[in-house]
Amino acid sequence: MNDKKQQDATGIPAAGRAKPALSGIDFAIRYGFLILLAGLLIFFSMATSGFASPRSAVFIFQSVAITGILALGVTFTLVVDGFDLSIGSTATSALMLSAYVLVVWEMNAYVAVAACLAMGALIGLVNGLLIVKTKVPDLLATLGMMFLLVGLQRIPTQGRSIATGMHLPDGSVARGTFPPEFLALGRHRLDFFIPDLIPLSVVILVVIAIAVWLILERTRHGRLMYAIGSNERAAALAGVNVARYKIVAYMISGVLASIGGILLAARLGRGDIASGNNLLLDSVAAALIGFAVLGAAKPNAFGTAIGALFVGILLQGLTMMNAPYYTQDFVKGAVLVVALVFTFALTGRRGKQ
Amino acid sequence: MTGNAIDIRDLTKAFGANRVLRGVNLSLPAGKVTVLMGANGAGKSTLVKVLSGVHRRDGGEIHLFGKPYDPVSPSAAMAQGVVTVHQSINDGVIPDLDVAANLMLDELARPGSGFFYNRRKVRAQAREIAARIGLDVDIARPVSELPLAERQLVAIARAMAHKPKLLILDEPTSSLSAAEAQRLFALVERLRDSGVAILYISHRMSDIRRLADRIISMRDGVIAGVFEETPLDYEGAVNAMLGHGLTSIELTVQPAGKTVLELRDMRLKPASRPFSLALRENEITAITGLVGAGKTLLANIIFGLERPHAGRMYLDGRPHEPASAGQAVQRGIFMCPKDRASNAVFADFDITRNITLPFVGRYAPFAAFINTRRERQKARQMIETLSIVCQSERDNIMTLSGGNQQKVMVARWLSEPPRVLVLDEPFQGVDIKARRDIGEKIRATAQARATLVLVSEMDEALEVADRIIVMSDHTIAGDHVNHQPDLDLILAQVAGNAAAPAA
Repeated sequence: MNDKKQQDATGIPAAGRAKPALSGIDFAIRYGFLILLAGLLIFFSMATSGFASPRSAVFIFQSVAITGILALGVTFTLVVDGFDLSIGSTATSALMLSAYVLVVWEMNAYVAVAACLAMGALIGLVNGLLIVKTKVPDLLATLGMMFLLVGLQRIPTQGRSIATGMHLPDGSVARGTFPPEFLALGRHRLDFFIPDLIPLSVVILVVIAIAVWLILERTRHGRLMYAIGSNERAAALAGVNVARYKIVAYMISGVLASIGGILLAARLGRGDIASGNNLLLDSVAAALIGFAVLGAAKPNAFGTAIGALFVGILLQGLTMMNAPYYTQDFVKGAVLVVALVFTFALTGRRGKQ
Repeated sequence: MTGNAIDIRDLTKAFGANRVLRGVNLSLPAGKVTVLMGANGAGKSTLVKVLSGVHRRDGGEIHLFGKPYDPVSPSAAMAQGVVTVHQSINDGVIPDLDVAANLMLDELARPGSGFFYNRRKVRAQAREIAARIGLDVDIARPVSELPLAERQLVAIARAMAHKPKLLILDEPTSSLSAAEAQRLFALVERLRDSGVAILYISHRMSDIRRLADRIISMRDGVIAGVFEETPLDYEGAVNAMLGHGLTSIELTVQPAGKTVLELRDMRLKPASRPFSLALRENEITAITGLVGAGKTLLANIIFGLERPHAGRMYLDGRPHEPASAGQAVQRGIFMCPKDRASNAVFADFDITRNITLPFVGRYAPFAAFINTRRERQKARQMIETLSIVCQSERDNIMTLSGGNQQKVMVARWLSEPPRVLVLDEPFQGVDIKARRDIGEKIRATAQARATLVLVSEMDEALEVADRIIVMSDHTIAGDHVNHQPDLDLILAQVAGNAAAPAA
C-alpha cells in the first residue's frame, strides 16, 4: 500500500505513459470507490439533517467496529489465498464463552478475555491444521468448523442465553455478573474534544487496523504471505515455510474474531445466543469490497477498513432517510456485487496484455 | 492437394498501444511443415491466437483455401479445419476425464451431439482415433494418471480428431522426451504427407532440423525472412529472427577451485546404480539427460525437497541433510526451478518483489519494516547487470516477455551470493538473445560458488558449462570436460546405450 501511495504521488504520468489509452479506466479503477464514498458522504450530508455531525460519525464507526475487526481477520486468510467462514461463529463462541466464564464460573474480566483469545487461537490452529496437514479445502474446513462451533456454543447451556440469575442444568442459579471493567470494552467512551465521544471499541478497531496494515504491507511476514497467495509453489521453492504462515493466518483470523466476540459481549452485557448472525456475511463483504479500493485487486488492510466504513455509512445514511431496516441486506449485497465487478471486470481488463 | 492452405495479408493486431502484429504477410502451403521461429515477444503467440480464433484481428485479410477466414472463437476455427495444440498442455486436456472423453471432447461439446453420454460409442470412436495416430494408452484411464508426455500426445490426438487442414503446433516437444518426440515427429510427417498444412513453432534446433520443409523467421511483429530452398539456411533463419549475426560462444574452461558440495554413494532410486559427484568452486557443471533421467530429482535432493534412497552429501566438508528448502537457502544452496510460471513467478508482484522475495528479511533491519528504497535499489542493480528490458523496477512481472521473466528469476538467485547455485532448465522457453545473456551472467559470476545447470538440450550445455555430466537411469553415465568433447559419445550416453564409463 505504501508503494501504491508513493506511486500516486509520482506515478500518474507513469501509468499514462505505459497505457495512454486506458488512463481513464485506470483512474476509475484506482479512485472510483473512494469517489463514490465521498459522493455518498456529500449526498447524505445534504439530504438529511444531523448526518454530518461528530456524533453521527462516531455512531458509524461504532456500528462497524466489530465487523471491521472480523474483516481484518478474514483479510489475513484471503492474503494467503484461503478463506475463513468460521469467523462469525468464532465470534459468537467467544461471546458465549466470556459470558459463561463471568456469569457461571464467576471469574474476573481478565480471565474471560484471556480464555476467549486462547479459544480463538485454538480454533484458528485447528482450521490451519485441517487445511495444511489434512488438505481439506479451506472453504470446506472452515464451513465444517462453523457448524461445529454453532452447535458447540449451545451445549453447556442447553441452548439458552446466559444472564445473571439464569437456572443452570444442575438446578443451581448462576450468580456471576458482567464486571464493569469488562462492560467498559463495549460501552466506555473516551473524551475527544467533546466529552464521552469515542467508544473504546472504535479505538480498538483503529489500533488493530493500523497494526494489520503495518504487518501486511511493511514487514517481511506480510510480504511472504502475499507471495504465498500469489503462487504457493513458488513461495515454497523460494524457501518460505508455507505451512506455518498459513496456520498463523488462520490463528490471527481466529483471535481477531474472538476479539470481535468479546466486544459484542461487552456491548450486550449478556450471552445472547441469537446475536451475531450477520457477522460472517458483513465482515466477508467488507474484506471483498476492500479489493476494489485504490484498484488493489487483492486483499488489503486499508481496503478492508474502507469497505467496512462504506457499508456503515451507507446504512447509517439510509436509516436517517427512513429506509426500512429490512432493506439493509439488499443494499449490502448490491454494494458487494458492484465492488466485485469493479475488481474483477475492470482490473481484469487492465491485467490482460 | 497442393497450393496454399492459408494466405495472410497485412495482418495487424494491437493490445492497447502495444502493436504486436504490424502487417504480417504469410502463406502456408498444404503438405508442408512450416517452422515459425522468433524471439520471445516477436508476435508468434499472437499470430497463433489470431489464427486459432482466440483473438480477433484488427486489420488485414486471411484466406483459407481461397475463402475469407475470420474465426470468432476457437470452436469456429476448429470447425473450419484450423486446429491448434497450445504450448501449455493443460489447455489441451481435462485431467479428471478419461482419455476417451478427452479425445471426443469437441464432438461432445458440439451442439446437437445428443443428450445422453453413450460411453460405449464414445470409447469405440476414441479407440479409432487413438489407433489412427498410433497413440498407445488405455483410453479408460483418467488423464490425470498419465505422465506429462502422454497427456501431450492425448492433446495432439484430440486435435487430430478434427481432421485438420491446418495444424498449428506451439512448442509441442517442450515437455517430451526424445523417444516421445520421435513419435510426435512421425505423426507430423504422416499428416504432412496426407496434405495437411502444418505450422510448427519451436525454439529447438534439433526439432527444426528434423522437421522443417520451410522456415519463417518473425521479428517485431513482421515476417523477417522466409527460407525454403534446400538445403535450408538455418543460420540465416536464426540471423533473421535475431536481426544480427550470431557468433558461436567462445568458451574457455575455467580451472576448478575447492570442492563445495560433495555427493557420496548416492542412490536416487532403490534400483539405480550409486554414484559420487563433487561440485567445485569456479566450475559450472551441466547435467544433461532425457526427461525422467533423474536430473530434477537430484536437484530436489540437494535443495532439500526430497530424500535420496541412499548416500550422503557434504557441504564445505560438513554433512548436508537439508530438511526443507528454507534450510537449504539458509545454507547458501539456491535453486532456480524449471517451469517458471508455476514454480517461480509471483504474478501479483512487481520486478523488485520478485527478485528480493527469498531474502526480503535482509531489507528489514531488526526484523522490522522492509526498507523499500534499498530493496528497489537492489532490483535496479540486478536489472542492469542482467540487462532486463523493462520500464522500471516497479513493472509488474507479467508485463515482461518470457525471456525477461526468466532473467528476473535468475536475478532473484544471483542477488545474494550462493555457495551452490542450481539452475533447472534455465533456458526453457527463452529466446536465443536472452539465453546468451543469462549464460554469460552465470559464467561471469561463478568464481565463488559451485554451479549446477540442468538442461535437456545439448547446445545449452555446450554453451554454458565447464564440465558436462550425462545422467541416464538415475545415475551418472558420463563425465566430460567441455573442451572439444566427444559429442557422439555424449549422445550415446544420453540415449543410455553406451557402456558404463570405465573409471
